[in-house]
Amino acid sequence: MSNNQNGTTTLHLVLAWGFVGIPLVLGVLQTLINAMKLFQ
Amino acid sequence: METASGGSGGWFDRSRTVAGPGFSRWMVPPAALCVHLCIGQAYAFSVFNLPMTKLIGIHQSAPGDWKLTQLGWIFSLAIFFLGVSSAVFGRWVEEGGPRKAMFTAACCWAGGFLISAFGVSIHNLWLIYLGYGVIGGIALGIGYISPVSTLIKWFPDRPGMATGMAIMGFGGGAFIAAPLSVWLMRKFTTASHIGVMETFVVLGIVYFIFMIVGSIIVRVPPAGWMPEGYVPPRQNKLISKNDVYVYDALKTPQFWLIWWVLCLNVTAGIGVLGQASAMSQEMFPGVITPIAAAGFVGLMSLFNMGGRFCWATVSDYIGRKNTYFVFMVLGFVLYCTVPHAGAIGSVALFVVCFLIIISMYGGGFSTVPAYLKDMFGTRYVGAIHGLLLTAWSAAGIFGPVIVNYLRQYNLAHGVPKADAYNNTMYIMAGLLVIGFICNLLVKAVHQKYHMKPEADEPALDIAGEAAARA
Repeated sequence: MSNNQNGTTTLHLVLAWGFVGIPLVLGVLQTLINAMKLFQ
Repeated sequence: METASGGSGGWFDRSRTVAGPGFSRWMVPPAALCVHLCIGQAYAFSVFNLPMTKLIGIHQSAPGDWKLTQLGWIFSLAIFFLGVSSAVFGRWVEEGGPRKAMFTAACCWAGGFLISAFGVSIHNLWLIYLGYGVIGGIALGIGYISPVSTLIKWFPDRPGMATGMAIMGFGGGAFIAAPLSVWLMRKFTTASHIGVMETFVVLGIVYFIFMIVGSIIVRVPPAGWMPEGYVPPRQNKLISKNDVYVYDALKTPQFWLIWWVLCLNVTAGIGVLGQASAMSQEMFPGVITPIAAAGFVGLMSLFNMGGRFCWATVSDYIGRKNTYFVFMVLGFVLYCTVPHAGAIGSVALFVVCFLIIISMYGGGFSTVPAYLKDMFGTRYVGAIHGLLLTAWSAAGIFGPVIVNYLRQYNLAHGVPKADAYNNTMYIMAGLLVIGFICNLLVKAVHQKYHMKPEADEPALDIAGEAAARA
């Protein structure tokens, strides 16, 4: 039996990708800011 | 209660994760990332090392405080148990399905943090070895392989890109964990207490929730599912349409050749990854400062993460074997160029060489699941991938040993610091030549290893049955 009979909506996709994407992007930005010291 | 094969119901059962009509496969990569971003914290564990050497003395190490050498074993144990658990539990992960595996990984990962927190609170290092090193290491192994075969089944048209996305998360987990851990420790630290224990508790809870979300949204495709409009590639000797049983894969030369390809590629990368800061400062004394070196290491981490996605995606277009040829040939050229960059004092050339090298180090990890799928089929690819990760554990020993001991040897024999890494670079280039030969020898798996239809085990047919019932 399936758990997912109603299908995926755009909102589902935005929430799922935002859930993992936002922390990752913030972390990458922080690292980039630190990495810029290499060029100063 | 469901069985390991997942045939008798229950939320964790493989049959309960079969996608219904209208489910988008693009929900699966975030589910995989929920796990990989969390377990990728392992790369940032070093932020706890210094604070944990001052738990008693607070401002500086006091008698009774742990030493860095003792704390270094925590990460080593975790990586060791990553290799062991992915090899031992690979088949169980494959047959039990991704939800059960992700949930187990979540429990072990969070449990490892909580046990470690207790170890910090009573100042017992053995509890941290057990918690983070052993139980956390098991979570790393199970969590790392848990979404691999599911992603490959959802993305038969782009298996490299799909697994590259998940494995990119493992590289990216440290970007979140490092600043978060530092911020939490600052919040919980007082004049008479260092907030490591509280940070472990919070991280354990947060990671548990994150990983559980992944296990809730993950789905496996119904049996025989294909993406709309997907046309399987024409006959290609290096892309098998047959499956190989996990333990039969071990009997094939292809498994061991790919094992060596991965091991040599990782050895070459991991050796310089750990020494990048010191190496850059010693090769360019006075030019690359400690702060700039830290920035360089951060940049390398970004390329390590980006390479995981980009190279695995490229492999979908040029093929897995060709991608590894690129790693070996380009890596050889770049390793041979590094001493030249040092000799002419070109920081830019040095940085570019290492950024590309480290992107290929990450690419080696993320391309290998699709390589295994091409060789051994999709059925047991997660379990076979688990066995292959022992190459990572071996490389984790070879790489740093080669770099550190050669540097020491050169310094002891009067070689200037700036030139001490030159021999190492040539040895790394030599390793890649061996890797090139191993990759060249990879041919299609002999049909005697292919699974026969009557040998198919019922455990993995649950998905098909469930789809028929739905």
